[in-house]
Amino acid sequence: MSPETLDAILERYDRNPAQLIPILQDVQAEENYLPREALEAISEKLDIPLVRIYSVATFYKAFSLEPRGKHIIQVCMGTACHVRGAPRILDKMVRDLGVQPGATTKDMEFTLETVNCLGACALGPIVVVDGEYHGQMTSPKWDKIYKTLKKAEG
Amino acid sequence: MGLATCGIAAGGDRVYTALEAAIRERGLDVRLAKVGCIGYCREEPLVNIQIPGKPLVILHRVTEEDTAAILDAVADGDVPREKALCQIDTWDPLVGDPLTFGIGFKDIPRYEEIPYFAPQKKIVLRDAGLTNPEDIEEYIAVGGYRALHKALTQMTPEAVIDEVIASGLRGRGGAGFPTGMKWNFTKKEKSLQKYIICNADEGDPGAYMNRNEMESDPHMILEGMLIGAYAIGAREGIIYVRSEYPLAIERLTKAMDEARAHGLLGKDIFGSGFSFELTLAEGAGAFVCGEETALIASIEGKTGRPRPRPPFPAQKGLWGMPTNINNVETWTNIPVIIQKGGGWFAGIGAEKNSGTKVYSLVGEVDRVGLVEVPLGTPIQTLVYDIGNGGIDGREIKAVQTGGPSGGCIPASLFDTPMDYEHLTAVGSIMGSGGVVVMDETTSMVDTARFFIGFTNEESCGKCVPCREGLKHMLMILDKILSGKATQSDLDLLKELSGIIKKTSLCGLGQTAPNPVLTTLKYFKNEYDAYLKGAK
Ligand SMILES: Cc1cc2nc3c(=O)[nH]c(=O)nc-3n(C[C@H](O)[C@H](O)[C@H](O)COP(=O)(O)O)c2cc1C
Ligand code: FES
Repeated sequence: MSPETLDAILERYDRNPAQLIPILQDVQAEENYLPREALEAISEKLDIPLVRIYSVATFYKAFSLEPRGKHIIQVCMGTACHVRGAPRILDKMVRDLGVQPGATTKDMEFTLETVNCLGACALGPIVVVDGEYHGQMTSPKWDKIYKTLKKAEG
Repeated sequence: MGLATCGIAAGGDRVYTALEAAIRERGLDVRLAKVGCIGYCREEPLVNIQIPGKPLVILHRVTEEDTAAILDAVADGDVPREKALCQIDTWDPLVGDPLTFGIGFKDIPRYEEIPYFAPQKKIVLRDAGLTNPEDIEEYIAVGGYRALHKALTQMTPEAVIDEVIASGLRGRGGAGFPTGMKWNFTKKEKSLQKYIICNADEGDPGAYMNRNEMESDPHMILEGMLIGAYAIGAREGIIYVRSEYPLAIERLTKAMDEARAHGLLGKDIFGSGFSFELTLAEGAGAFVCGEETALIASIEGKTGRPRPRPPFPAQKGLWGMPTNINNVETWTNIPVIIQKGGGWFAGIGAEKNSGTKVYSLVGEVDRVGLVEVPLGTPIQTLVYDIGNGGIDGREIKAVQTGGPSGGCIPASLFDTPMDYEHLTAVGSIMGSGGVVVMDETTSMVDTARFFIGFTNEESCGKCVPCREGLKHMLMILDKILSGKATQSDLDLLKELSGIIKKTSLCGLGQTAPNPVLTTLKYFKNEYDAYLKGAK
């Protein structure tokens, strides 16, 4: 992350240390994850101990300290999706992608994540691919999505 | 076009784009607008057609292929019959003048005749699915901000609180604490700075009432908070929304901008001398942050771990100042209480449980969606009359209410009225309003394991009973599910549950064993079937 971009984010929050969480959210929106250099720079510029930044960054699930893939696949593991078969879909994705939830494929193409309810329970199981909601997910439906994503990579 | 997150997930945005293009292409005199969600999620995508002088017609299960047929009909002043779900001729927005759409279309069923809608009573969701949540003018047109005007120009803060106390409104965030009394605690504190917070963290996985309330009618929340701030004497407020709800964040932000532009946020509102500023804070994916002290820590930029109470937020809350926190749905009930009176509100619902509650009826039930019924409505009305029982005629075994802190209620107890006391008496809780239906194919032991897995994952790790106890419970449940457990494991599971309930620091741990305790109580046979040597 360039120092200018980081400064712009910090300015947006008046360099207020209390705004650490939104600052980290903006950094992640920019970089896809929280790079160590960015956290060190924030620590220095806002005079927040690095350990405090790390404790916040690891406490909240929305933050990732590892680079994430080009495509982000989020599987809802909420109650409604669970009773409608989300675990089976997740198992299949784990097999297809060859990574566990929370991990990224070696080629940096896909990150598989689980979330707790996206608020579209009526259409469960819900899977969100790069921000787009797909309801009533089934294995064949996932096969199709996966194929399209892979093809796009060529 | 109904466009909340659920409508979009069902493909509503593609229908919207197709309609937009076709209207332009044909040069039709049709105004296309977004509305929120009326709650019949199974039938989505939904499109409302309003031809001047005719009833409003709701079309269901609309796809892109239907656009031509819809526009052909509309061009002729008609609607495509095969897509029509129901018609609405008049609608009472409660705080404003009744809307009369028109008459006609005698062959299309009326809204009141649809089994899904008939038992419902819409107070909180009265505008949802009918008005455009991104247009403040529409909210004002259905009587919006009249209650605020009344409070600021004709009522003292004390009179506002008296009205809320008279209404009997109880907090919709879970515990059901009387709202008017809570406001008084913060009001009575002597301090130059006080805050109010809207808790929109909606952590219960399987519940999305608050999401729809924010996406379909954001101004109702703003108006409720403004009235509350006036009553309590707060000049600043914060809405804390979970980050999993991007559309809710977008619409609330838009609503706040519009309110500011109309002079409804900021200085000297309605020339009354009352000033109020509102900001939005985003959560970052932690269930425990829905707990009020953790939520405050999170707004302050810290890790969201609960702390012991007292002191309560009313004494020492955000930045150490007196703070009043209410749930989204609690706030949305305020404008109608002020406009129609506390007595009117108290007349709806049941003894000590006035008003309505919005539930998300999901899981293995035929008609899924968001329903609003008076408090005290029996479970069976929800599951059978509104929900039409199981999918493909399967038998329903239980419902789970209250999320990870709640319990499973067996079908034999479905005559239980859904109010705070009765749900607690059967071992569950009201919680925020999630109702997950389970049919004969669902394993109750697996369900219990699911919830303990969830709370174990979400435990903030601060207190030992919750952190270590839940981990042990999870191990025992896994042992049971793998068929290796014995009776003594079941006994230990029960004992651990009791200890965690009694000794945990916050509500998360104090209630986490509930799903296990209720399934042990009502579905012991399913546990026994897993025991070693049982098969
Ligand atoms: C673990 C835990 C999670 C909670 N999550 C929520 C939540 O998501 N939304 C909410 O409104 N209240 C939640 N609460 C309850 C809040 O602490 C608080 O009681 C509530 O916001 C008060 O609002 P009310 O009086 O309007 O109900 C939670 C409590 C606990 C212990
Ligand atoms: S449980 Fe999956 S969207 Fe709610």
